[in-house]
Amino acid sequence: MSILVFVEGDQGKIKNSSREAVTYASSIDQSSVVALALGSFEASELEQLGTNGANSVLHASSERLNEGIIQVYAEVLTKAMEECGAHTLVLAKSALGDAVAARTSILSNAGMASNVVALPDLSDGFSVMRSIYSGKAFAHVKLKGANRILILKKNTVELKTNGEPAQIVQFSPELNQEGFSTTITATERVSGEVLLPEADIVVSGGRGLKGPENWHLIEDLASALGAATGCSKPVSDMEWRPHHEHVGQTGIKVSPSLYIAIGISGAIQHLAGVNSSKVIVVINKDPDAPFFKSADYGIVGDAFEVVPKLTEAINASK
Amino acid sequence: MKILVCITHVPDTTSRIAFVNNNSEFDSNGVQYIIGPYEDYALARAVELKEELGGSITVLHVGGAEADPTIRKALAIGADDAIRVNAQPEDSYYVAQQIYAIAKDDSYDLILMGRESIDYNGGQVHGMVGALMNIPSISPVMQLNIENGVAKITREIEGGKELIEVPLPFVAGCQEPIAEWKIPNMRGIMSARSKPLQVVEPVDSDTMTSTLKFQLPPAKGSIKMIDADKVEELVALLKNEAKVL
Ligand SMILES: Cc1cc2nc3c(=O)[nH]c(=O)nc-3n(C[C@H](O)[C@H](O)[C@H](O)COP(=O)(O)OP(=O)(O)OC[C@H]3O[C@@H](n4cnc5c(N)ncnc54)[C@H](O)[C@@H]3O)c2cc1C
Ligand SMILES: Nc1ncnc2c1ncn2[C@@H]1O[C@H](COP(=O)(O)O)[C@@H](O)[C@H]1O
Repeated sequence: MSILVFVEGDQGKIKNSSREAVTYASSIDQSSVVALALGSFEASELEQLGTNGANSVLHASSERLNEGIIQVYAEVLTKAMEECGAHTLVLAKSALGDAVAARTSILSNAGMASNVVALPDLSDGFSVMRSIYSGKAFAHVKLKGANRILILKKNTVELKTNGEPAQIVQFSPELNQEGFSTTITATERVSGEVLLPEADIVVSGGRGLKGPENWHLIEDLASALGAATGCSKPVSDMEWRPHHEHVGQTGIKVSPSLYIAIGISGAIQHLAGVNSSKVIVVINKDPDAPFFKSADYGIVGDAFEVVPKLTEAINASK
Repeated sequence: MKILVCITHVPDTTSRIAFVNNNSEFDSNGVQYIIGPYEDYALARAVELKEELGGSITVLHVGGAEADPTIRKALAIGADDAIRVNAQPEDSYYVAQQIYAIAKDDSYDLILMGRESIDYNGGQVHGMVGALMNIPSISPVMQLNIENGVAKITREIEGGKELIEVPLPFVAGCQEPIAEWKIPNMRGIMSARSKPLQVVEPVDSDTMTSTLKFQLPPAKGSIKMIDADKVEELVALLKNEAKVL
């Protein structure tokens, strides 16, 4: 009885969050973790999943799977669960993973929980702790039925990297034509950038930055830290920054080790997207900004003076 | 164009979240309820599509009578009629089965939902309904246009977006900037009172999950303030104390 883990790539590399999902599965049962990769990947990239805890990798390498068509992927995931007799499917939260898993839960007759933040409790059936109310609370949820699907929030387990390389097994399920009525005609991906939901450190700017022309302050600090950049909702509404950087209740929810908020007031809707960060640093010129109440470290000061100094101090400390 | 918009009835985004009865129940005391913000986007886009292409908009909610004011608000924004399935939304699977039971006989061209509900944050119901109906489900959708029976969609991906073409019908989980939130005007509010709100009983369905108990996150410890002239101190603390650098 194996645990199947759907892993995703970004620009040819397996995402870190997917590697975490593999480690999570191996913490449930280290003897039977099968990672499932769809589309073209280099063999070395897949073998490496063994270091994270996979015992083998099921690779459906058909080029027709290079694009993530939700309906097609859900059918392949369902077939892969049958193929390896898996009752549990684990994956990392992502725009694609969420959409695919929901469909898969119907096709595979599985109970499902998303935003899972801890290992399952197996003492009485199968239950997990998941984040709800946009990070403001947790629920302990029991998954009924023979099959189940778990979508993990980032930073749920410490990534394992000391395993042996995994064996790759080819997998060629029949692809149902119907799903391909959906076509992806173009993909625009900002290349090279650290992906916001994947990042271990996030530097975000708000309306306090005054305009897009000042974003070099945020970007310089982010690059000194190897961080991703984020922003508040008004900043993306005014198109100072692209929508995929917008953090909060109605945007991306992040859970990095370190979140640095600059010129953001700390409205409750913004906090909803960042409250599961391990450590929060706030830089704001207003000592009464609400964000300070939810922060671990704070500096009261003008971003235009403090941020360049901070970037310099980080570069100097390397 | 026949459009179905599925809405939730959720605590306002500024609500304080608390639980009662030994952490087994949400404390709705003093909580303001709203249409889920993502469904508010979906509804706004539905109103625009109706203006452009003609047709009708039905809003659907699975829940108790306490949601009726929220449903009336959706009617005031521009939906033509509403259906409430009179049942507690036990879990996503149960809700999806109820929506499926309504949608399967009613040949909607488009089923719009939010990317996720802001209470349960499942992001699940649209995919489940798509699978049950055996039609495509696409989420999160940032732009949606319809030309000659084919939808052109912009879908958000990590670090960017993709452009998709898909034939009708399908299910979409919507998010900004698909449309601007619409505020009901006086005429809308008046006419909403007389628009039909049909209450139907649920179909029999299993649930796939059950909630055992709720829990609040641990309170944050106290903040350490650092002088703006001594940023090196912050770097040292992040390294040595917080151990995140
Ligand atoms: C339904 C709903 C959903 C929402 N969802 C989200 C969401 O997902 N994400 C989100 O972010 N918001 C969301 N909002 C909006 C939210 O309520 C706030 O309006 C928003 O977060 C404020 O953005 P801000 O902090 O950048 O701007 P402001 O509130 O204007 O704050 C700017 C801050 O910058 C500081 N400042 C100004 N100049 C300087 C300087 N030179 N140096 C340092 N600091 C300076 C100011 O003191 C102030 O604290 C939502 C709102 C609603 C109603
Ligand atoms: N009780 C409900 N009634 C009607 N629609 C719902 C209900 N719950 C969820 N939905 C729809 O499904 C979407 C996704 O919800 P969820 O899977 O709970 O995140 C929401 O944005 C709504 O459009």
